Amino acid sequence: MKTKARRSATLAPATLAPATEALPAVDAAALGPLAVFDEPAPQAPSGAARLRAENISAWFGDRKVLDRVSLTMEPGKVTALIGPSGCGKSTFLRILNRMHEMIPSASLAGEVRLDGTDIYDPSQRVTAARRQIGMVFQKANPFPAMSIYENTIAGLKLAGIKADRGEKDFLVEDSLRKASLWEEVKDRLHQPGGGLSGGQQQRLCIARSLAVSPRVLLMDEPCSALDPTSTRRVEETIHSLRGQITIVIVTHNMQQAARVSDECAFFLAAHNQPGGIVEHGDTEAMFGAPRDQRTSDYVNGRFG
Amino acid sequence: MSTFASATLTPERPADEADLAKPRTLRNTYTGSDHAFRGITFTGGIIVLAIMLLVGAFLASNGIQAVNEVGLGKFLTTANWAPESNDFGIAAVLLGTVQIAAVALLVAMPLALGTSLFITEVAGGWLRKVLTSMVDLLAAVPSVVFGLWGAYMLQPNIVDFSKWISVWFGWIPLFQVDGVDPASPLRDTVPFTASTFIAGLVVAMMIVPIQTSIMTESFRRAPVGEREGAFALGATRWGMIRTVVLPFGKGGIIGGTMLGLGRALGETIAIYLIISPVFEIKFHILEKGANSIAAMIALKYSESNEFAMSALMAAGFSLFLMTMVVNFTASAIIAKSRSGADSEG
Repeated sequence: MKTKARRSATLAPATLAPATEALPAVDAAALGPLAVFDEPAPQAPSGAARLRAENISAWFGDRKVLDRVSLTMEPGKVTALIGPSGCGKSTFLRILNRMHEMIPSASLAGEVRLDGTDIYDPSQRVTAARRQIGMVFQKANPFPAMSIYENTIAGLKLAGIKADRGEKDFLVEDSLRKASLWEEVKDRLHQPGGGLSGGQQQRLCIARSLAVSPRVLLMDEPCSALDPTSTRRVEETIHSLRGQITIVIVTHNMQQAARVSDECAFFLAAHNQPGGIVEHGDTEAMFGAPRDQRTSDYVNGRFG
Repeated sequence: MSTFASATLTPERPADEADLAKPRTLRNTYTGSDHAFRGITFTGGIIVLAIMLLVGAFLASNGIQAVNEVGLGKFLTTANWAPESNDFGIAAVLLGTVQIAAVALLVAMPLALGTSLFITEVAGGWLRKVLTSMVDLLAAVPSVVFGLWGAYMLQPNIVDFSKWISVWFGWIPLFQVDGVDPASPLRDTVPFTASTFIAGLVVAMMIVPIQTSIMTESFRRAPVGEREGAFALGATRWGMIRTVVLPFGKGGIIGGTMLGLGRALGETIAIYLIISPVFEIKFHILEKGANSIAAMIALKYSESNEFAMSALMAAGFSLFLMTMVVNFTASAIIAKSRSGADSEG
């Protein structure tokens, strides 16, 4: 009984609170500590984190694609990265959770600070950084060999976290509810994830990312392959996650950036020049009264 | 409601429905080069199929005489091979073939799996290229060279390992070797030479390349999106391999392994050079004396009269059938596996 009390005390309310009130309370008590995420390291802090990129430059081979870009993504807020194709915003996003370095010719300079700690510091494990900074990709990529249930908690298995049945059931329902997918799939949790529609698959990927309680969620054009209805569902999901988690979203859709984001950063690259941020600030200001003429032209659809 | 439906639909529908209800016959106009292309490819396909069937028919028609002489049941259950006294069968050689192939598969499969995962997931740049071409080069080594290597290089060095297995695991009948005193201080390794185990090891080296290249090919096609999805969840490299690469490459693993099995079953000259042939049903794989169908045919071929030849043909036909079944199963599995068919779109 004593153990149980300690366990429920470690529950972080911000990240693990059920998405709706209707969730059975008994499951919440059964959920074990998620401190096991980093076995040797001290317990990872939970909740939305401030992400600060400092003087990020990036290269593919000899080609420089980003030049000394700095940006602060405030905790719990939604930051949209906008700009025409090829301006380096996706590269910037992938640098934020160390996915950039997976490309053999890629290199970078600068720092990415997660609540002050540089995730590129040699003492930091790349797996730990990616677990705290989740990512949703342009194309939904559920694991086709797994069921919806298994897909949702795939991150647990990958991190080697042991969870009993009750904990898993809770996490699956909680994550799917946060991704607004629960109602659609609750009766077929054990069917393959690949059988869902494109929009559902993307929300399954969001649920999968949320299940490991990341502190930041990066989204790389998450709606570009989705129909308007699915896009709306994903945007609703983003809205409901606001405050609980820091979100950074790359989008080509100006209306979407205006709808979902609190802050906005406009990337631009001149021909054959590395990209950089032209202007950033509150979304309302960016769209309503941009300071830079190029921002004004872009958000009003005059180029790009 | 019904008036609305009929009002909108009736004018759209043609009067004589009978003609349009039937599907049209679709024709295409072919040019001369179309016909030539069709003809050449069709002929090529038919010739391959015909050769295949002819080989089978040839073996079957020549072997039927010998099988009729002793009866199918006896042919399948006799261990001895003495066609001159009508006492012959494939029981011993068939079992020997399967045993050698099994040893080869057990050794080669993990080796090929590890090699292909190293090539696709770990090695980068020049190392990957060098390894890939080394594996292809290994496949190009003639089997007689493997046989010589096995007999004169591997065997003298591996017999002590055979002995070690037999001393410590001899209580398992499979690893038992008769006529050896483990307490004897003399290095008596002769009973461990020319065994199923050593032949199996050499065959393993020969089937690793085909298994590796098929597995490598299937792992390489594991979708980048799924790989990145796993990494973005904080997966280690092994975690990603377990979650994405291995499930995706399952067909390649099974299919490649079975194609290797097909080659192992038919391997001739390397086994012939290593084993000392025995015609008895034995399960002691470390012990001197082994046999396989292909090696037996190579061995007996020169000393056979017409009837003995027919008996060898029958043995050959059984090998032909066995490898056919294995290879067809393998290619069916490879073809059925996901191999980029979905989730790539």
